[in-house]
Amino acid sequence: MAGINSPQNRENPFKQNWFVTATWLIVICYVVYSFQAMGLSWERFSDGLGHASNLLGRMVPPNFSRWSLLLSGLIESLEIAIISSIFGIFLSLFLGLFAARNLMPTWVSTPVRMLIALCRTFHPVIIAILFVKSVGFGALAGILTLIVASVGFIAKLFAEAIEEISLKQVEAIRATGAGFTSIILFSVMPQVFSRFIGFSTYQLDSNLRNSTMVGIVGAGGLGGTLFSAFQRFDYDFVAAILIVIIALIMFGEFLSNIVRRIFR
Amino acid sequence: MNTIDHHWQRFTLKQKLSRYAVYLVLIIAFVQSIKSVEVIPEFLLDAPEQMADMFARMWPIDFAYYPVAVHDAMIETLNIATLGTLITLIFAIPLALMNASNIVSSAWCHWISRFFLVSSRSVNSLVWALLFVSIFGPGVIAGVLAIAFRSIGFVGKLLGEAIEEVNMGSIEALKATGASWLSILLKGYWPQVLPAFFSIVLFRWDINVRESAVLGLVGAGGIGVVLDDSMNLFQWDRVALSLLAIFAVVIVAEIVVVNIRKRLI
Repeated sequence: MAGINSPQNRENPFKQNWFVTATWLIVICYVVYSFQAMGLSWERFSDGLGHASNLLGRMVPPNFSRWSLLLSGLIESLEIAIISSIFGIFLSLFLGLFAARNLMPTWVSTPVRMLIALCRTFHPVIIAILFVKSVGFGALAGILTLIVASVGFIAKLFAEAIEEISLKQVEAIRATGAGFTSIILFSVMPQVFSRFIGFSTYQLDSNLRNSTMVGIVGAGGLGGTLFSAFQRFDYDFVAAILIVIIALIMFGEFLSNIVRRIFR
Repeated sequence: MNTIDHHWQRFTLKQKLSRYAVYLVLIIAFVQSIKSVEVIPEFLLDAPEQMADMFARMWPIDFAYYPVAVHDAMIETLNIATLGTLITLIFAIPLALMNASNIVSSAWCHWISRFFLVSSRSVNSLVWALLFVSIFGPGVIAGVLAIAFRSIGFVGKLLGEAIEEVNMGSIEALKATGASWLSILLKGYWPQVLPAFFSIVLFRWDINVRESAVLGLVGAGGIGVVLDDSMNLFQWDRVALSLLAIFAVVIVAEIVVVNIRKRLI
Protein backbone atom coordinates (compact mmCIF):
# COMPACT_ATOMS: atom_id res chain seq x y z
CA MET A 1 0.00 0.00 0.00
CA ALA A 2 2.81 2.35 0.87
CA GLY A 3 4.57 1.69 -2.45
CA ILE A 4 1.71 3.10 -4.49
CA ASN A 5 1.84 6.65 -3.28
CA SER A 6 5.27 7.20 -1.87
CA PRO A 7 6.15 10.79 -2.76
CA GLN A 8 9.93 10.39 -2.68
CA ASN A 9 10.68 8.62 -5.94
CA ARG A 10 7.97 10.04 -8.13
CA GLU A 11 9.36 11.12 -11.47
CA ASN A 12 7.75 13.73 -13.65
CA PRO A 13 6.33 11.67 -16.53
CA PHE A 14 6.50 14.66 -18.86
CA LYS A 15 10.05 15.34 -19.87
CA GLN A 16 11.18 18.91 -20.19
CA ASN A 17 11.96 19.65 -23.83
CA TRP A 18 14.93 22.02 -23.56
CA PHE A 19 14.91 22.87 -27.25
CA VAL A 20 11.34 24.17 -27.07
CA THR A 21 11.97 26.06 -23.82
CA ALA A 22 15.00 27.74 -25.36
CA THR A 23 12.95 28.67 -28.43
CA TRP A 24 10.31 30.35 -26.28
CA LEU A 25 12.99 32.28 -24.38
CA ILE A 26 14.50 33.52 -27.65
CA VAL A 27 11.04 34.52 -28.86
CA ILE A 28 10.38 36.59 -25.71
CA CYS A 29 13.76 38.33 -25.97
CA TYR A 30 13.07 39.02 -29.64
CA VAL A 31 9.66 40.57 -28.97
CA VAL A 32 11.15 42.93 -26.37
CA TYR A 33 13.97 43.86 -28.75
CA SER A 34 11.74 44.41 -31.77
CA PHE A 35 9.28 46.60 -29.92
CA GLN A 36 12.19 48.84 -28.97
CA ALA A 37 13.86 48.68 -32.37
CA MET A 38 10.72 49.71 -34.23
CA GLY A 39 9.55 52.28 -31.71
CA LEU A 40 6.18 50.62 -31.14
CA SER A 41 4.46 51.93 -28.06
CA TRP A 42 1.17 51.57 -26.28
CA GLU A 43 0.19 55.25 -26.77
CA ARG A 44 0.55 54.91 -30.51
CA PHE A 45 -1.63 51.82 -30.44
CA SER A 46 -4.35 53.24 -28.20
CA ASP A 47 -4.41 56.45 -30.28
CA GLY A 48 -5.09 54.26 -33.29
CA LEU A 49 -7.98 52.48 -31.62
CA GLY A 50 -9.88 55.79 -31.50
CA HIS A 51 -9.28 56.23 -35.24
CA ALA A 52 -10.39 52.65 -35.79
CA SER A 53 -13.83 53.19 -34.29
CA ASN A 54 -14.13 56.42 -36.28
CA LEU A 55 -13.17 54.58 -39.48
CA LEU A 56 -15.56 51.69 -38.85
CA GLY A 57 -18.31 54.20 -38.10
CA ARG A 58 -17.75 55.89 -41.46
CA MET A 59 -17.73 52.52 -43.23
CA VAL A 60 -20.96 51.28 -41.79
CA PRO A 61 -23.63 51.95 -44.32
CA PRO A 62 -21.66 50.63 -47.35
CA ASN A 63 -22.29 52.96 -50.24
CA PHE A 64 -23.31 51.14 -53.42
CA SER A 65 -24.49 54.30 -55.21
CA ARG A 66 -21.50 54.28 -57.59
CA TRP A 67 -22.25 50.71 -58.62
CA SER A 68 -21.36 51.28 -62.29
CA LEU A 69 -17.75 52.12 -61.35
CA LEU A 70 -17.69 49.11 -59.05
CA LEU A 71 -19.08 46.84 -61.75
CA SER A 72 -16.61 47.93 -64.42
CA GLY A 73 -13.71 47.35 -62.00
CA LEU A 74 -15.11 43.96 -61.06
CA ILE A 75 -15.46 42.88 -64.69
CA GLU A 76 -11.93 43.99 -65.47
CA SER A 77 -10.63 42.01 -62.48
CA LEU A 78 -12.52 38.93 -63.66
CA GLU A 79 -11.13 39.32 -67.18
CA ILE A 80 -7.59 39.68 -65.88
CA ALA A 81 -8.02 36.57 -63.72
CA ILE A 82 -9.49 34.44 -66.52
CA ILE A 83 -7.05 35.42 -69.26
CA SER A 84 -3.98 35.16 -67.05
CA SER A 85 -5.08 31.82 -65.60
CA ILE A 86 -5.63 30.28 -69.02
CA PHE A 87 -2.32 31.50 -70.43
CA GLY A 88 -0.58 30.62 -67.18
CA ILE A 89 -2.03 27.09 -67.05
CA PHE A 90 -1.19 26.50 -70.72
CA LEU A 91 2.41 27.67 -70.28
CA SER A 92 2.85 25.71 -67.05
CA LEU A 93 1.69 22.52 -68.75
CA PHE A 94 4.75 22.68 -71.01
CA LEU A 95 7.17 24.22 -68.56
CA GLY A 96 6.20 21.61 -65.96
CA LEU A 97 6.90 18.80 -68.43
CA PHE A 98 10.24 20.33 -69.35
CA ALA A 99 11.19 20.81 -65.71
CA ALA A 100 10.51 17.19 -64.67
CA ARG A 101 13.88 15.56 -64.09
CA ASN A 102 12.68 12.02 -64.78
CA LEU A 103 11.49 12.85 -68.31
CA MET A 104 13.99 15.40 -69.51
CA PRO A 105 17.78 15.50 -69.66
CA THR A 106 19.49 17.81 -67.17
CA TRP A 107 20.41 20.42 -69.75
CA VAL A 108 16.70 21.02 -70.40
CA SER A 109 15.32 20.71 -66.88
CA THR A 110 17.88 22.87 -65.05
CA PRO A 111 17.32 26.12 -67.01
CA VAL A 112 13.54 25.62 -66.94
CA ARG A 113 13.64 25.03 -63.20
CA MET A 114 15.65 28.20 -62.74
CA LEU A 115 13.13 30.15 -64.81
CA ILE A 116 10.27 28.81 -62.66
CA ALA A 117 12.15 29.65 -59.46
CA LEU A 118 12.73 33.18 -60.74
CA CYS A 119 8.98 33.58 -61.35
CA ARG A 120 8.33 32.53 -57.76
CA THR A 121 10.79 34.70 -55.86
CA PHE A 122 9.18 38.10 -56.34
CA HIS A 123 5.84 39.08 -54.93
CA PRO A 124 3.22 39.73 -57.64
CA VAL A 125 3.11 43.41 -56.71
CA ILE A 126 6.79 43.89 -57.53
CA ILE A 127 6.36 42.10 -60.85
CA ALA A 128 3.30 44.29 -61.47
CA ILE A 129 5.38 47.44 -60.93
CA LEU A 130 7.94 46.31 -63.48
CA PHE A 131 5.22 45.47 -66.01
CA VAL A 132 3.40 48.77 -65.42
CA LYS A 133 6.66 50.48 -66.28
CA SER A 134 7.16 48.46 -69.45
CA VAL A 135 3.59 48.15 -70.87
CA GLY A 136 1.91 51.11 -69.23
CA PHE A 137 -1.07 51.36 -66.90
CA GLY A 138 -4.02 49.06 -67.42
CA ALA A 139 -5.19 45.50 -67.62
CA LEU A 140 -2.31 44.24 -69.77
CA ALA A 141 0.22 44.76 -66.97
CA GLY A 142 -2.07 42.86 -64.59
CA ILE A 143 -2.47 39.98 -67.03
CA LEU A 144 1.28 39.64 -67.59
CA THR A 145 1.93 39.79 -63.83
CA LEU A 146 -0.51 37.05 -63.00
CA ILE A 147 0.77 34.86 -65.85
CA VAL A 148 4.22 35.03 -64.24
CA ALA A 149 2.75 34.27 -60.80
CA SER A 150 0.75 31.31 -62.18
CA VAL A 151 3.79 29.83 -63.90
CA GLY A 152 5.79 30.09 -60.69
CA PHE A 153 3.17 28.15 -58.76
CA ILE A 154 1.59 25.60 -61.14
CA ALA A 155 4.70 24.69 -63.13
CA LYS A 156 6.68 23.98 -59.95
CA LEU A 157 4.03 21.75 -58.37
CA PHE A 158 3.23 20.09 -61.70
CA ALA A 159 6.90 19.21 -62.24
CA GLU A 160 7.03 17.74 -58.72
CA ALA A 161 3.88 15.71 -59.43
CA ILE A 162 5.42 14.32 -62.63
CA GLU A 163 8.58 13.36 -60.79
CA GLU A 164 6.48 11.19 -58.45
CA ILE A 165 4.73 9.14 -61.18
CA SER A 166 5.15 5.41 -61.55
CA LEU A 167 7.49 4.66 -64.46
CA LYS A 168 5.96 1.22 -65.09
CA GLN A 169 3.19 2.66 -67.23
CA VAL A 170 5.68 4.77 -69.14
CA GLU A 171 7.65 1.62 -69.87
CA ALA A 172 4.54 -0.27 -70.95
CA ILE A 173 3.56 2.44 -73.42
CA ARG A 174 7.14 2.70 -74.68
CA ALA A 175 7.16 -1.07 -75.25
CA THR A 176 4.32 -0.68 -77.76
CA GLY A 177 6.62 1.51 -79.85
CA ALA A 178 4.86 4.77 -79.07
CA GLY A 179 6.54 8.08 -79.82
CA PHE A 180 7.37 10.79 -77.31
CA THR A 181 4.02 12.61 -77.63
CA SER A 182 2.05 9.42 -77.14
CA ILE A 183 4.12 8.51 -74.09
CA ILE A 184 3.31 11.89 -72.55
CA LEU A 185 -0.38 11.73 -73.51
CA PHE A 186 -1.13 8.13 -72.54
CA SER A 187 1.22 7.30 -69.70
CA VAL A 188 2.22 10.54 -67.97
CA MET A 189 -0.86 12.74 -68.26
CA PRO A 190 -3.45 10.23 -66.94
CA GLN A 191 -1.39 9.85 -63.77
CA VAL A 192 -1.01 13.56 -63.04
CA PHE A 193 -4.00 15.21 -64.71
CA SER A 194 -6.29 15.34 -61.68
CA ARG A 195 -3.53 16.90 -59.60
CA PHE A 196 -2.85 19.38 -62.40
CA ILE A 197 -6.53 20.39 -62.34
CA GLY A 198 -6.26 20.77 -58.57
CA PHE A 199 -3.29 23.15 -58.85
CA SER A 200 -4.98 25.03 -61.69
CA THR A 201 -8.23 25.63 -59.82
CA TYR A 202 -6.24 26.73 -56.78
CA GLN A 203 -4.30 29.17 -58.94
CA LEU A 204 -7.51 30.43 -60.57
CA ASP A 205 -8.72 31.25 -57.05
CA SER A 206 -5.47 32.89 -56.19
CA ASN A 207 -5.42 34.88 -59.45
CA LEU A 208 -8.92 36.10 -58.65
CA ARG A 209 -7.66 37.35 -55.28
CA ASN A 210 -4.55 38.93 -56.76
CA SER A 211 -6.44 40.52 -59.66
CA THR A 212 -8.25 42.66 -57.10
CA MET A 213 -4.87 43.72 -55.71
CA VAL A 214 -2.55 44.48 -58.66
CA GLY A 215 -4.66 47.58 -59.38
CA ILE A 216 -3.08 49.23 -56.34
CA VAL A 217 0.08 49.79 -58.40
CA GLY A 218 -1.88 50.67 -61.54
CA ALA A 219 -2.23 47.30 -63.25
CA GLY A 220 -6.00 47.41 -63.76
CA GLY A 221 -8.98 45.89 -62.01
CA LEU A 222 -10.86 46.56 -58.81
CA GLY A 223 -7.68 47.32 -56.84
CA GLY A 224 -7.28 50.70 -58.55
CA THR A 225 -10.84 51.65 -57.63
CA LEU A 226 -10.19 50.53 -54.06
CA PHE A 227 -6.94 52.46 -53.77
CA SER A 228 -8.41 55.70 -55.08
CA ALA A 229 -11.41 55.31 -52.76
CA PHE A 230 -8.95 55.00 -49.85
CA GLN A 231 -7.06 58.08 -50.96
CA ARG A 232 -10.26 60.11 -51.22
CA PHE A 233 -11.33 58.89 -47.74
CA ASP A 234 -14.55 57.48 -49.24
CA TYR A 235 -14.69 54.82 -46.55
CA ASP A 236 -18.29 53.85 -47.23
CA PHE A 237 -17.37 53.10 -50.85
CA VAL A 238 -14.29 51.19 -49.57
CA ALA A 239 -16.60 49.03 -47.48
CA ALA A 240 -18.78 48.34 -50.53
CA ILE A 241 -15.72 47.34 -52.60
CA LEU A 242 -14.42 45.07 -49.82
CA ILE A 243 -17.80 43.33 -49.55
CA VAL A 244 -17.84 42.77 -53.32
CA ILE A 245 -14.27 41.39 -53.25
CA ILE A 246 -15.05 38.94 -50.43
CA ALA A 247 -18.24 37.82 -52.20
CA LEU A 248 -16.31 37.35 -55.46
CA ILE A 249 -13.65 35.24 -53.75
CA MET A 250 -16.20 33.07 -51.98
CA PHE A 251 -18.02 32.56 -55.28
CA GLY A 252 -14.69 31.62 -56.89
CA GLU A 253 -14.00 29.04 -54.17
CA PHE A 254 -17.48 27.60 -54.66
CA LEU A 255 -16.91 27.27 -58.43
CA SER A 256 -13.48 25.70 -58.07
CA ASN A 257 -14.89 23.16 -55.60
CA ILE A 258 -17.40 22.12 -58.26
CA VAL A 259 -14.69 21.82 -60.92
CA ARG A 260 -12.49 19.80 -58.57
CA ARG A 261 -15.38 17.42 -57.85
CA ILE A 262 -16.00 16.91 -61.58
CA PHE A 263 -12.36 16.09 -62.32
CA ARG A 264 -11.74 13.87 -59.33
CA MET B 1 -20.64 -11.32 -79.44
CA ASN B 2 -21.85 -8.72 -77.07
CA THR B 3 -18.81 -8.90 -74.82
CA ILE B 4 -16.41 -8.24 -77.70
CA ASP B 5 -18.35 -5.19 -78.85
CA HIS B 6 -18.23 -3.75 -75.36
CA HIS B 7 -15.39 -1.24 -75.28
CA TRP B 8 -13.71 -0.31 -72.04
CA GLN B 9 -14.23 3.33 -71.27
CA ARG B 10 -12.44 5.28 -68.60
CA PHE B 11 -15.24 7.71 -67.80
CA THR B 12 -19.00 7.42 -67.73
CA LEU B 13 -21.10 9.53 -70.08
CA LYS B 14 -22.06 11.88 -67.26
CA GLN B 15 -18.42 12.42 -66.29
CA LYS B 16 -17.50 13.13 -69.90
CA LEU B 17 -20.36 15.57 -70.41
CA SER B 18 -19.58 17.50 -67.24
CA ARG B 19 -15.90 17.70 -68.20
CA TYR B 20 -16.75 19.01 -71.64
CA ALA B 21 -19.11 21.52 -70.04
CA VAL B 22 -16.24 22.86 -67.90
CA TYR B 23 -13.98 23.18 -70.96
CA LEU B 24 -16.77 24.90 -72.91
CA VAL B 25 -17.47 27.40 -70.13
CA LEU B 26 -13.76 28.13 -69.84
CA ILE B 27 -13.40 28.75 -73.57
CA ILE B 28 -16.45 31.01 -73.66
CA ALA B 29 -15.19 32.98 -70.65
CA PHE B 30 -11.75 33.26 -72.24
CA VAL B 31 -13.02 34.46 -75.63
CA GLN B 32 -15.39 36.91 -73.99
CA SER B 33 -12.60 38.31 -71.80
CA ILE B 34 -10.15 38.64 -74.69
CA LYS B 35 -12.79 40.49 -76.69
CA SER B 36 -13.76 43.01 -74.04
CA VAL B 37 -10.55 43.60 -72.12
CA GLU B 38 -8.97 46.97 -72.80
CA VAL B 39 -5.52 46.19 -74.09
CA ILE B 40 -3.75 48.63 -76.35
CA PRO B 41 -1.79 46.52 -78.86
CA GLU B 42 0.78 49.28 -79.44
CA PHE B 43 1.76 49.04 -75.78
CA LEU B 44 2.31 45.31 -76.08
CA LEU B 45 4.48 45.72 -79.18
CA ASP B 46 6.42 48.46 -77.45
CA ALA B 47 7.03 46.32 -74.34
CA PRO B 48 10.40 44.72 -75.21
CA GLU B 49 11.90 48.12 -76.00
CA GLN B 50 10.55 49.64 -72.78
CA MET B 51 11.77 46.63 -70.81
CA ALA B 52 15.27 46.99 -72.28
CA ASP B 53 15.20 50.70 -71.45
CA MET B 54 14.24 49.90 -67.86
CA PHE B 55 17.07 47.40 -67.41
CA ALA B 56 19.51 49.83 -69.02
CA ARG B 57 18.52 52.47 -66.46
CA MET B 58 18.93 49.94 -63.65
CA TRP B 59 22.55 49.33 -64.60
CA PRO B 60 24.98 49.94 -62.88
CA ILE B 61 23.35 49.08 -59.56
CA ASP B 62 23.87 51.82 -56.96
CA PHE B 63 25.56 49.74 -54.23
CA ALA B 64 26.68 52.86 -52.39
CA TYR B 65 23.05 53.42 -51.37
CA TYR B 66 22.93 50.15 -49.39
CA PRO B 67 24.38 51.40 -46.07
CA VAL B 68 22.47 54.70 -46.38
CA ALA B 69 18.89 53.41 -46.37
CA VAL B 70 18.46 49.89 -47.67
CA HIS B 71 20.12 48.03 -44.79
CA ASP B 72 17.93 49.54 -42.05
CA ALA B 73 14.80 49.14 -44.16
CA MET B 74 15.62 45.48 -44.79
CA ILE B 75 16.03 44.84 -41.03
CA GLU B 76 12.72 46.60 -40.49
CA THR B 77 11.09 44.37 -43.11
CA LEU B 78 12.37 41.24 -41.37
CA ASN B 79 11.12 42.59 -38.03
CA ILE B 80 7.67 43.27 -39.52
CA ALA B 81 7.50 39.72 -40.87
CA THR B 82 8.65 38.08 -37.63
CA LEU B 83 6.64 40.18 -35.19
CA GLY B 84 3.58 39.88 -37.45
CA THR B 85 3.92 36.09 -37.45
CA LEU B 86 4.17 36.06 -33.64
CA ILE B 87 1.14 38.33 -33.17
CA THR B 88 -0.85 36.10 -35.53
CA LEU B 89 -0.45 33.24 -33.05
CA ILE B 90 -2.39 35.15 -30.36
CA PHE B 91 -5.47 35.12 -32.60
CA ALA B 92 -4.84 31.99 -34.65
CA ILE B 93 -4.40 29.49 -31.80
CA PRO B 94 -7.82 30.14 -30.16
CA LEU B 95 -9.50 30.12 -33.59
CA ALA B 96 -7.73 26.87 -34.50
CA LEU B 97 -8.92 25.29 -31.24
CA MET B 98 -12.46 26.49 -31.94
CA ASN B 99 -12.27 25.11 -35.47
CA ALA B 100 -11.04 21.63 -34.47
CA SER B 101 -14.00 19.26 -34.16
CA ASN B 102 -12.28 17.03 -31.59
CA ILE B 103 -11.89 19.92 -29.14
CA VAL B 104 -15.03 21.99 -29.53
CA SER B 105 -18.09 20.15 -30.76
CA SER B 106 -20.52 23.05 -31.11
CA ALA B 107 -21.43 23.87 -34.70
CA TRP B 108 -21.85 27.53 -33.79
CA CYS B 109 -18.23 27.79 -32.73
CA HIS B 110 -17.14 26.21 -36.01
CA TRP B 111 -19.10 28.72 -38.03
CA ILE B 112 -17.81 31.70 -36.07
CA SER B 113 -14.19 30.60 -36.31
CA ARG B 114 -14.54 29.72 -39.99
CA PHE B 115 -16.01 33.16 -40.70
CA PHE B 116 -12.98 34.87 -39.14
CA LEU B 117 -10.51 32.55 -40.86
CA VAL B 118 -12.07 32.99 -44.30
CA SER B 119 -12.37 36.78 -44.07
CA SER B 120 -8.75 37.03 -42.94
CA ARG B 121 -7.64 35.09 -46.01
CA SER B 122 -9.94 36.83 -48.50
CA VAL B 123 -8.59 40.31 -47.84
CA ASN B 124 -5.19 40.74 -49.42
CA SER B 125 -2.27 41.85 -47.25
CA LEU B 126 -1.99 45.11 -49.19
CA VAL B 127 -5.65 45.85 -48.49
CA TRP B 128 -5.15 45.03 -44.82
CA ALA B 129 -2.17 47.39 -44.91
CA LEU B 130 -4.30 50.17 -46.48
CA LEU B 131 -6.87 49.73 -43.71
CA PHE B 132 -4.27 49.83 -40.93
CA VAL B 133 -2.44 52.76 -42.51
CA SER B 134 -5.66 54.75 -42.39
CA ILE B 135 -6.14 53.72 -38.74
CA PHE B 136 -2.63 54.02 -37.28
CA GLY B 137 -1.04 56.31 -39.84
CA PRO B 138 1.88 55.34 -42.07
CA GLY B 139 4.57 53.32 -40.34
CA VAL B 140 5.71 50.00 -39.00
CA ILE B 141 2.71 49.34 -36.77
CA ALA B 142 0.36 49.19 -39.77
CA GLY B 143 2.70 46.73 -41.47
CA VAL B 144 2.95 44.44 -38.44
CA LEU B 145 -0.83 44.34 -37.98
CA ALA B 146 -1.45 43.82 -41.71
CA ILE B 147 0.90 40.81 -41.73
CA ALA B 148 -0.67 39.51 -38.50
CA PHE B 149 -4.28 39.77 -39.69
CA ARG B 150 -3.49 38.35 -43.11
CA SER B 151 -1.80 35.28 -41.60
CA ILE B 152 -4.56 34.38 -39.13
CA GLY B 153 -6.58 32.52 -41.76
CA PHE B 154 -3.64 30.48 -43.03
CA VAL B 155 -2.17 29.53 -39.64
CA GLY B 156 -5.58 28.95 -38.03
CA LYS B 157 -6.84 26.68 -40.79
CA LEU B 158 -3.71 24.52 -41.01
CA LEU B 159 -3.27 24.35 -37.24
CA GLY B 160 -6.92 23.33 -36.82
CA GLU B 161 -6.41 20.53 -39.32
CA ALA B 162 -3.26 19.39 -37.50
CA ILE B 163 -5.18 19.29 -34.20
CA GLU B 164 -7.92 17.20 -35.79
CA GLU B 165 -5.35 14.60 -36.88
CA VAL B 166 -4.12 14.03 -33.32
CA ASN B 167 -4.12 10.44 -32.05
CA MET B 168 -6.89 10.34 -29.43
CA GLY B 169 -5.34 7.46 -27.42
CA SER B 170 -3.14 9.62 -25.23
CA ILE B 171 -5.95 12.16 -24.79
CA GLU B 172 -8.24 9.43 -23.46
CA ALA B 173 -5.50 8.20 -21.15
CA LEU B 174 -5.11 11.71 -19.74
CA LYS B 175 -8.87 12.09 -19.34
CA ALA B 176 -8.98 8.80 -17.42
CA THR B 177 -6.51 10.18 -14.89
CA GLY B 178 -8.90 13.06 -14.22
CA ALA B 179 -6.59 15.68 -15.75
CA SER B 180 -8.00 19.17 -16.08
CA TRP B 181 -8.96 20.73 -19.41
CA LEU B 182 -5.79 22.82 -19.51
CA SER B 183 -3.43 19.94 -18.77
CA ILE B 184 -5.13 17.82 -21.45
CA LEU B 185 -4.41 20.61 -23.94
CA LEU B 186 -0.84 21.14 -22.78
CA LYS B 187 0.23 17.55 -22.18
CA GLY B 188 -2.04 15.67 -24.60
CA TYR B 189 -2.58 17.79 -27.70
CA TRP B 190 0.40 20.14 -27.63
CA PRO B 191 3.25 17.56 -27.84
CA GLN B 192 1.50 15.91 -30.78
CA VAL B 193 0.94 19.07 -32.82
CA LEU B 194 4.35 20.55 -31.96
CA PRO B 195 6.17 19.53 -35.20
CA ALA B 196 3.21 20.62 -37.34
CA PHE B 197 2.98 23.87 -35.39
CA PHE B 198 6.60 24.82 -35.99
CA SER B 199 6.51 23.88 -39.65
CA ILE B 200 3.30 25.89 -40.24
CA VAL B 201 4.72 28.93 -38.46
CA LEU B 202 8.01 28.74 -40.35
CA PHE B 203 6.21 28.31 -43.66
CA ARG B 204 4.05 31.35 -42.96
CA TRP B 205 7.10 33.33 -41.87
CA ASP B 206 8.69 32.59 -45.24
CA ILE B 207 5.57 33.90 -47.02
CA ASN B 208 5.44 36.92 -44.70
CA VAL B 209 9.02 37.92 -45.57
CA ARG B 210 7.93 38.17 -49.21
CA GLU B 211 4.74 40.04 -48.36
CA SER B 212 6.29 42.51 -45.93
CA ALA B 213 8.70 43.58 -48.66
CA VAL B 214 5.83 45.17 -50.63
CA LEU B 215 3.77 46.63 -47.77
CA GLY B 216 5.82 49.83 -47.92
CA LEU B 217 4.22 50.68 -51.27
CA VAL B 218 1.11 51.74 -49.36
CA GLY B 219 3.16 53.31 -46.57
CA ALA B 220 3.33 50.47 -44.07
CA GLY B 221 7.09 50.49 -43.46
CA GLY B 222 10.00 48.33 -44.54
CA ILE B 223 11.96 48.08 -47.78
CA GLY B 224 8.83 48.87 -49.81
CA VAL B 225 9.04 52.53 -48.73
CA VAL B 226 12.59 52.79 -50.09
CA LEU B 227 11.50 51.03 -53.28
CA ASP B 228 8.52 53.34 -53.72
CA ASP B 229 10.56 56.49 -53.07
CA SER B 230 13.29 55.59 -55.52
CA MET B 231 10.69 54.67 -58.13
CA ASN B 232 8.85 57.95 -57.75
CA LEU B 233 12.18 59.75 -58.20
CA PHE B 234 13.01 57.55 -61.24
CA GLN B 235 16.25 56.40 -59.58
CA TRP B 236 16.19 53.01 -61.26
CA ASP B 237 19.69 52.09 -60.09
CA ARG B 238 18.40 52.30 -56.50
CA VAL B 239 15.26 50.35 -57.46
CA ALA B 240 17.56 47.63 -58.76
CA LEU B 241 19.47 47.62 -55.47
CA SER B 242 16.24 47.27 -53.44
CA LEU B 243 15.05 44.45 -55.70
CA LEU B 244 18.39 42.70 -55.33
CA ALA B 245 18.22 43.03 -51.53
CA ILE B 246 14.66 41.60 -51.49
CA PHE B 247 15.76 38.77 -53.77
CA ALA B 248 18.70 37.88 -51.53
CA VAL B 249 16.67 37.97 -48.31
CA VAL B 250 13.83 35.88 -49.79
CA ILE B 251 16.28 33.23 -51.00
CA VAL B 252 18.10 33.12 -47.65
CA ALA B 253 14.78 32.90 -45.76
CA GLU B 254 13.66 30.01 -47.94
CA ILE B 255 16.93 28.11 -47.44
CA VAL B 256 16.74 28.64 -43.65
CA VAL B 257 13.13 27.45 -43.49
CA VAL B 258 13.76 24.38 -45.66
CA ASN B 259 16.71 23.36 -43.48
CA ILE B 260 14.87 23.81 -40.19
CA ARG B 261 11.83 21.91 -41.50
CA LYS B 262 14.03 19.04 -42.64
CA ARG B 263 15.36 18.72 -39.09
CA LEU B 264 11.92 19.02 -37.49
CA ILE B 265 10.11 16.40 -39.53
